[in-house]
Amino acid sequence: MATESAPLGQAPNSSLDTLARRERGRLFGLLFPGLFWLIVFFALPLVVILLYSFLTPGPTGNVIWKFTLDNYITLFTKDLYVNAYVRSLWIGLVTTVVCLLIAYPLALYIVQRSPRWRNLLLFLVLIPFWTNFLVRTYAWMIILANNGVINSLLQAVGLPRQTLLNTTGAVLVGLIYGELPFMVLPIYASIDRFDFTLLEAASDLGASRARAFLRVMLPLTMPGVAAGSVLVFIPTVGQFVVSDLLGGAKVDMLGNLLQRLFTRSNPPNWPLGSAMALVFMLVLTVAIIFYFRTTTEEDR
Amino acid sequence: MKDGYAIEMRDIVKRFGDVNAVDHVTMEIRNGEFFSMLGPSGCGKTTSLRMIAGFEYPTSGEIYLNGTSIGTTPPFQRNVNTVFQSYALFPHMSVAENVAFGLQMKKVPREEIGRRVDEALDMVRLTGYGERRPRQLSGGQQQRVALARALVNRPDVLLLDEPLGALDLKLRKEMQIELKRLQERVGITFIFVTHDQEEALTMSDRIAVMSEGKVLQVGTPTEIYERPNCRFVADFIGESNFIRGQVSALNANDVTVTDGKGLTLRGQMVQPLQVGDDVYVSIRPEKARLSVQRPSEPPNNLFPVTVDRVAYIGSDTRIMVQLGQDQLFDVWEQNTRSTVDRDAYWQRGEQGFLWWPAENALVLKD
Amino acid sequence: MIEATSQSQARTATAARAERRTNWRTLLLALHSTLMYIFLYAPIVVLVLFSFTTDSFGARLTGFTFSWYGRLLQDQRLIGAAWNTLEVALVSTVLSTIIGTLMALAMERYRFRGRTSVDALLYLPIVIPEIVMALALLAFFAFSFGIIENITGRQLKMSLTTVIISHIAFSISFVVVVVRASLKGFDQRLEEAAQDLGANAWQTFWRVTFPLILPGIIGGALLAFTISLDDFIISFFTTGPGTSLLPIEVYSQVKRAVTPKINAISTLMLLISMTLVGLSQFVQRQRR
Repeated sequence: MATESAPLGQAPNSSLDTLARRERGRLFGLLFPGLFWLIVFFALPLVVILLYSFLTPGPTGNVIWKFTLDNYITLFTKDLYVNAYVRSLWIGLVTTVVCLLIAYPLALYIVQRSPRWRNLLLFLVLIPFWTNFLVRTYAWMIILANNGVINSLLQAVGLPRQTLLNTTGAVLVGLIYGELPFMVLPIYASIDRFDFTLLEAASDLGASRARAFLRVMLPLTMPGVAAGSVLVFIPTVGQFVVSDLLGGAKVDMLGNLLQRLFTRSNPPNWPLGSAMALVFMLVLTVAIIFYFRTTTEEDR
Repeated sequence: MKDGYAIEMRDIVKRFGDVNAVDHVTMEIRNGEFFSMLGPSGCGKTTSLRMIAGFEYPTSGEIYLNGTSIGTTPPFQRNVNTVFQSYALFPHMSVAENVAFGLQMKKVPREEIGRRVDEALDMVRLTGYGERRPRQLSGGQQQRVALARALVNRPDVLLLDEPLGALDLKLRKEMQIELKRLQERVGITFIFVTHDQEEALTMSDRIAVMSEGKVLQVGTPTEIYERPNCRFVADFIGESNFIRGQVSALNANDVTVTDGKGLTLRGQMVQPLQVGDDVYVSIRPEKARLSVQRPSEPPNNLFPVTVDRVAYIGSDTRIMVQLGQDQLFDVWEQNTRSTVDRDAYWQRGEQGFLWWPAENALVLKD
Repeated sequence: MIEATSQSQARTATAARAERRTNWRTLLLALHSTLMYIFLYAPIVVLVLFSFTTDSFGARLTGFTFSWYGRLLQDQRLIGAAWNTLEVALVSTVLSTIIGTLMALAMERYRFRGRTSVDALLYLPIVIPEIVMALALLAFFAFSFGIIENITGRQLKMSLTTVIISHIAFSISFVVVVVRASLKGFDQRLEEAAQDLGANAWQTFWRVTFPLILPGIIGGALLAFTISLDDFIISFFTTGPGTSLLPIEVYSQVKRAVTPKINAISTLMLLISMTLVGLSQFVQRQRR
């Protein structure tokens, strides 16, 4: 801790102890409320679903206190659940990659503007970042609906209507739209720190622009890319609003299944839902660790 | 009280982890003196200062302020004020509010605060700057606000932690003079921490030279420069040539040293020595002479040398000569005549005689 | 001489070509960025525009009307939900800001055993999928209410209180991150200076530390407020029957039918969010 032991019986020692005790008291006072809240209302709930995941679902949506591994077995054997995992991870991956590909040049462009423009352009990216996700998703419903904006326009010029809503494409557009700011901001931050004279140094040493980008700029801006990817990937995989509103019942993601297991299905199955949520967390953690390992290996 | 000690540090140790940042330091600082702690970074001078201020508490030992022990008294209960290296001016307060802060904490009546703040600002020549924000001032002005903020409290001791470090050379010289004048006027004890030897020599009544947590020598600027008590002090304060050898003979204050390679030197004793001790003979470069011809009245230190390098640096010329087999020796000659004709001067490879009177050489232990 | 001229001409030609290439690249980047901004803002513009249409399907601009906004005022459920949302946001912001600021001070100013574990506990709510946290809270409340009922016989129900508790649990980490950032840039010498000038710990905090980290605290509070206002997932799972919040109300109306009325309420919500971003930017600018 903060003090170190001094030889016994020395005069200043006892008052140093008093001081250390006072400091410890102060630290405890600062730390306690937050620690209490996070342990009781964050860590404990996770323990509760861990507990539930090993219990037996009852016939009326209740929980029977009987230990079982059935929930986990169901998750890994039933196609419905396995497919939901695979689909969610796949959609998360596509969303992340597309966001990355369109966010990087945008961030680069913003960094290269004059300070005044830069602030404005960044601010414009920030606004959607702060606005309601639900509202932004809803906006796409108006645009993509069967009698929505795009179809009205198509009709007006004499073209046939298209089914746009309730497709995987609609879900992807909604997700990319919703998560784009989370990708732009960290990439912007890391490009902003990047020393552009390094590119000149690389070309001075004979590297082509493409090679200079791949060998110098990309590795040095990798922390931003990694942070952005994680920020996009996690909420995407756990999504249920976008898939619910833009995908209808057609595009089932993990979030939709979880929601149904906990609230809608008849009867609800909390133990299975808990197991599913935990495995989901686990898979995400593994994916993220793997990602960080592979992306941050080269830089520095 | 007047003649007593403002600060006494008795056998102070400050340990951080396994390192003794301050290692059994004992120092007495007299009332009203300008006292400097001088040493390279990491020598324990700033830690000592911070213990006097109360930001750190000694691991063992006692500190007395005007005869009262202040070991673990918190900083806000000590009548001691600090001028920080980075000034630490409160950015959210005006200059006047900064200066008034200490008086407000002491619950001084409002009108008196106003009067004393004005006085303090006058004293540091910042009259009329009260409403400005610190960031609107130049570095030198911020420095003076920091001084006013500390002095307005009339502390028993003012602590200055490398306060001139952030200023450019010219401004630093001006502030050195101003600080000294200010100290003489207010009569408060100043404890000044610096790694700049010139700064310490210019301003201080007394200097403590520190290294690796220990005090090596305490003395007036002349004592420190002319009579360093060890090789480190001679090396750190000013420049010096060192010739390593062993004491071969002692005669009162007169010491004879041989370097084992044929050189025999004579110098002054400044600390107790015995025949056979490993020592360094220290000769300041401006205290040696170089001449083309052997002096008519040969001094007891006279050596034939070869010029190795000549550097002209304006006020003087620095000549590096080779002495004996592998000893390089620096001699400075003042450029007292104005001439651009350097050909008439020492040339590389030229032979000459290096000499100095025995009282200019000090025999020091490591 | 002639050779030199032709060489320099050649060089200008190459330079011009290189410049043209750079221009092309910049142009391409600019084009891409323009498209991205259109992509980001077109849906918002459409949403706002169609809140004024007279077409009750909200798909065509048949005329201009304010009537959808008028209808909002008559929708008692919506207004009730809005008040609930505001109450939740205010209470959870105040509490999570206080708790988070204290915790940020502890984390930035003290070295203690278990500090890295606390750090991990703080970052977890930010990285964990929101739906997992929401479901865990739902399970936790049901579980602990069951225990309380067994012991005391009192029946507790999900309500605004459970929503507030959950929002605080989620917001603390964000407040801590923002306040810690402002503490990191804080020169601790300023606190020493205050103590040196006779201020005790309490006076030092209120006269020096607090005013200087206030922008960070306000930034954290604004973030917590927006998070709470906008949150749908956690509110959805932790609220009780009969107590609705604005995002939940919007969600259930959207599920029923798309009408310009939803556009109207969405527009208002956008307006509030934008005001908050503007405010937070303003506060951050003041800091400099």
